[in-house]
Amino acid sequence: MAVKLAAIFFSMIFVDNYVLSKFLGICPFLGVSKKLNSAVGMSVAVTVVMVIATAATWPIYHYILVPNELEYMQTIVFILIIAVLVQLLETVLKKFLPPLYAALGVYLPLITTNCAILGVTILNIDNGYNFAEALVCSAGAGIGFLLAMVLFSGVRSRIEEAKPPKCFEGLPITLVAASLVSLSFMGFGGIIEAIFGV
Amino acid sequence: MKEKLKIVTNGLLKENPVLKLVLGTCPTLAVTTMAFNGLGMGLAATFVLICSNVVISLLRKVVPSQVRIPCYITVIATFVTVVQMLMKAFLYDLYAALGVFLPLIVVNCIILGRAEMFASKNGVVASALDGLGMGLGFTLTLTLMGTVREILGSGTWMAGLLEEPIFDLSGTIPPMGILSKAPGGFFVFGCFMAAAIALEKIDGKKVKLGCGGCPSAACCPEAQACAGGCEGCGASAGGEKDAAGQVVETEVKTDEPGKGE
Repeated sequence: MAVKLAAIFFSMIFVDNYVLSKFLGICPFLGVSKKLNSAVGMSVAVTVVMVIATAATWPIYHYILVPNELEYMQTIVFILIIAVLVQLLETVLKKFLPPLYAALGVYLPLITTNCAILGVTILNIDNGYNFAEALVCSAGAGIGFLLAMVLFSGVRSRIEEAKPPKCFEGLPITLVAASLVSLSFMGFGGIIEAIFGV
Repeated sequence: MKEKLKIVTNGLLKENPVLKLVLGTCPTLAVTTMAFNGLGMGLAATFVLICSNVVISLLRKVVPSQVRIPCYITVIATFVTVVQMLMKAFLYDLYAALGVFLPLIVVNCIILGRAEMFASKNGVVASALDGLGMGLGFTLTLTLMGTVREILGSGTWMAGLLEEPIFDLSGTIPPMGILSKAPGGFFVFGCFMAAAIALEKIDGKKVKLGCGGCPSAACCPEAQACAGGCEGCGASAGGEKDAAGQVVETEVKTDEPGKGE
């Protein structure tokens, strides 16, 4: 059990990294990765919301939607749960944890429409994970997101200094750099099977 | 009539949602491993875009502005569910190939962005045409990217459309598998964006990336109103000058990724 959870956790971080190999959450990856502290703030907020959203959507899917044969409502129900959760989290943080709100609050409104959040909740269901696996998978996905953001903010600060051809300036060269970072992550392929033997 | 046509053609190159407004990047990168998947994704998004634009435009006087984002999301999610069920019934292979990115049309910035930016302010016909234009721009870009990645990456073209691919070069030219994998997606997308900028430059017009092209720019100053529509904003813009030179301050102190000039 523990081995399987660890395998899921590390494969979400390195092999199936949401940003670099599954293309989820590209918008914040390109938008907020320019400065290290905003990259970290955004990623932490995403991780927290991912875990909470999974903790909320998994039971609702398995104990409300499935018994009533309402699986086709998955998309609508999940996005509404996520929207409500984000609002709730924002209100609670503002009221009870002002310092944390000051650090993460600004990123929360942007998270509702972050496809990584809806993506992780749906993929957890699709992959048939049980509750513990789903939570670990979400945490791994969030930390993988953090890793990609932090690494890429470093790469980006170097790109700022570079002088690419005129039409590549700005976003195009950033995407090419992202391609190289993603290439390096492909090197992790197979590592999970080798270490954990699953 | 000419104005109507202009709304449609706007989305194709001048305001191309993917290459110019930098919206909907996730599905663009993920499904374009095959041209047919790109085409299918584009058409599915176009359908949702047209339908949700029409409904939101009809409801624009009824929905109170404080709760508009959740309302829009519900409308969009309904049409996405319709597409999901139709595709599962009639095009199962495509349904399986698009996977999680089909339900993720709900959070596609293009659709929410157009709802916020256009459909909530314009009439039904104009909104439908805007949806059509943006959708076609999205479909065209996805199909073209899919074509490049499929021909170079697997040597075929339009595999999945018919029983056999339209043509198959994999025997004569060894395919470069990397292009149909993740790094290839980023690379081809970067090149396409550069090409779009270069094309615009030849046209003699100024390139504008960032807040000017951001569909959520209109809602940016209102911090709370940002709630749903601003993902595209936080991504493609964020506290930078928009096209008109008007400073659009978002709460998030991010930097826009695309400094066009």
